[in-house]
Amino acid sequence: MATVTLKPTKTPTIMFEAFNITPDAFAGKTPAQIAALEGREGKIKVTIGDFFEVSGSPGATAAETDIVIAGDCSRVKYIGNKMTAGSITVNGNADMYVGGWMKGGKIHVKGNVHSFCGIGMEGGDILIDGKAENYVGCAYRGDWRGMKDGTIRIKGSAGNDIGTFMLGGTIIIENNAFIHVSTHAEGGTVIIKGDVEGRVGGQMVKGDIYILGKVQYMLPGFKKIEVVEKEVDGVKGTFDHYIGDLGERHPKSKGKEIFANLYVKAAA
Amino acid sequence: MPKLITQVGCPYCGSSCDDIEVLVSDDGKKVLEVHNACTIGNNLFHHANDSTRPMLPRKRQPDGSMKEISYDEAVDYTAKTLLAAKKPLIFGFGSTNCEGMSAVGRVAEKAGAVLDNCASICHGPSFLAIFDNGYPSCTLGEVKNRADCVVFWGCNPMHAHPRHTSRYSIFPRGFFTQKGQMQRTIISVDPRVSDTAKLADIHYMLNQGHDYELFDAFRTVLRGHDIPDEVAGIKKEQILQGAEAMKKARFVMIFFGMGCTHTDGRNHNVDIAISLTRDLNTHTKASIMAMRGHYNIAGPGQVWSWQFGFPYCIDLSKGSHAHMNPGETSSVDLAMRDEVDCFVNVGTDAGAHWPIDAVKHVKKHPFITIDPNFCMASEISDLHIPVRIAGVDEGGVVYRMDNVPIQFKAVLKGLTGVPSDEELFDMIYERMCKLTLTEPIWLAALEHRKYPSVVS
Repeated sequence: MATVTLKPTKTPTIMFEAFNITPDAFAGKTPAQIAALEGREGKIKVTIGDFFEVSGSPGATAAETDIVIAGDCSRVKYIGNKMTAGSITVNGNADMYVGGWMKGGKIHVKGNVHSFCGIGMEGGDILIDGKAENYVGCAYRGDWRGMKDGTIRIKGSAGNDIGTFMLGGTIIIENNAFIHVSTHAEGGTVIIKGDVEGRVGGQMVKGDIYILGKVQYMLPGFKKIEVVEKEVDGVKGTFDHYIGDLGERHPKSKGKEIFANLYVKAAA
Repeated sequence: MPKLITQVGCPYCGSSCDDIEVLVSDDGKKVLEVHNACTIGNNLFHHANDSTRPMLPRKRQPDGSMKEISYDEAVDYTAKTLLAAKKPLIFGFGSTNCEGMSAVGRVAEKAGAVLDNCASICHGPSFLAIFDNGYPSCTLGEVKNRADCVVFWGCNPMHAHPRHTSRYSIFPRGFFTQKGQMQRTIISVDPRVSDTAKLADIHYMLNQGHDYELFDAFRTVLRGHDIPDEVAGIKKEQILQGAEAMKKARFVMIFFGMGCTHTDGRNHNVDIAISLTRDLNTHTKASIMAMRGHYNIAGPGQVWSWQFGFPYCIDLSKGSHAHMNPGETSSVDLAMRDEVDCFVNVGTDAGAHWPIDAVKHVKKHPFITIDPNFCMASEISDLHIPVRIAGVDEGGVVYRMDNVPIQFKAVLKGLTGVPSDEELFDMIYERMCKLTLTEPIWLAALEHRKYPSVVS
């Protein structure tokens, strides 16, 4: 694997929209060509070279290219946007749209990310060591086809709107989350290892949610049907199994209605 | 002889009453009497008589004072500031006509600006819910003639839309609702005993911020499932009673306001309200409507959706396409994250309505206010450009809260030399084209535009 290193040299005044920081755009280019790749700062056309010092060389294809950003990207949007293969490591924070619409490859952010991490994701892995803001793995506004596949793991906490309109894939939040988990979801799995304030699985049609902490306010549309033993992301435990959202439409299979499943860790 | 002008539209709330009568003085420069309007509408017309209304732009001087300058200078400053900014934000349009909104589209596109309207801090989440879940709505006429169960969810029209209840929703006698209030079941959902709640047959005094749970409970009940004994602080029996009232009605109308769009969950509260409306249609007829705040705040949604494909939070900085994603391109978020470097406040008062921190952020950069009156935003601005008051001394098209367009009349002759929003934006656009050595593109607007022929 060949590595390209981007060293931040300047903090953008307006956010830098770096939709070209992907292994796909970098593959097969020289450092000078990479530095000349376009981005946006407001209405001004800028280049990656305006904000980063580029060193190393990429592989011939995206899959053979690793990108390391050696520093903070708190004001850089769209890192790993639509990437299909390869990897990106950010040694610091990143702003919005990390791994937005990504199809494959790996992203590792060692700091925090802002909202819309993994929006419209179709495949690949995102690992965030810090916390995420709102809209982790959500759908774009108005799109009823949200996250399709792939894995997002947030080691810290997350805000609201996790996995909205989710169709597949896995989202793991290792700390607390706020409200609206898997709203409108029709598939996929969300695991939250901390507590959630409420609105878990609202308008949910299909899919699974695992809450290893507490849910402060349960939705009235979820009904407890049994207690089960499960192993979730390496943690074994007893879970209260709820089905729902009983207020929402549900498809039928072999004459039986299919509900979404919510597993909340049973009180010890 | 004073002249009585009838069928005047009222430039206050989203009800956009179009039955106002205004008595104006002989010379057409003073409002003498206003009939039919509510207190607020009445005052709006009389306010135009104010002799201290600004008639010239005022620019902030190095010593902090404001000095009157000519319109040409103001237009030049605005054009240059917009062109120099990396990402200007043009916000407002709660209280102006559609002609002005259409004209600002050209300015925003030329400036690579973010174009946003008051919905951003008001009914914007309703748009997001409508994107996600559709909008089974109707007109206010249908409400008056058909609705026999009216739900006010998180809104208080008795104060915010004073004539809404008498013209459309509670009291009027319509074609199928000839007994008026007697025939209507009124349900109010509000954590406080508002004056609308006092008129209601059922008042759900829910725990603040738990609207989503209550909506979910109604939906669950309507699908024949059981719910817990208490949801959001409301007893199960009460919920069953309300659900039964809605099911039995011939036409259910749900009005929702800021109580849904600006409590936790925002668009999801509206989203599930729309789902509830859809569910109700399996039992009876049901419809839903946003209680839009200003008389023409539905206008930018209509005009800009037609121009750019999005109703609000439109980022035109890309040059090639419009991008919209509230949370990123919404005004307050842009301000808080220091993503804009020039702010133009049009026909609203960001100084009064924005979070103070957001105002402090945009205040770091050039701050321009375009508004007929002195307001908090105009007083902290670097430049204040007065314009005519749409609906009083400037006519135009406005969209009522049910997206019905209404032609508003000018009842007064405008102040001499003061342009309308449309004329001002056309002047700014033309100046920007001159500065960038480009030809203005007017398209169909050319034949209809008023500038410069009208400005005296």
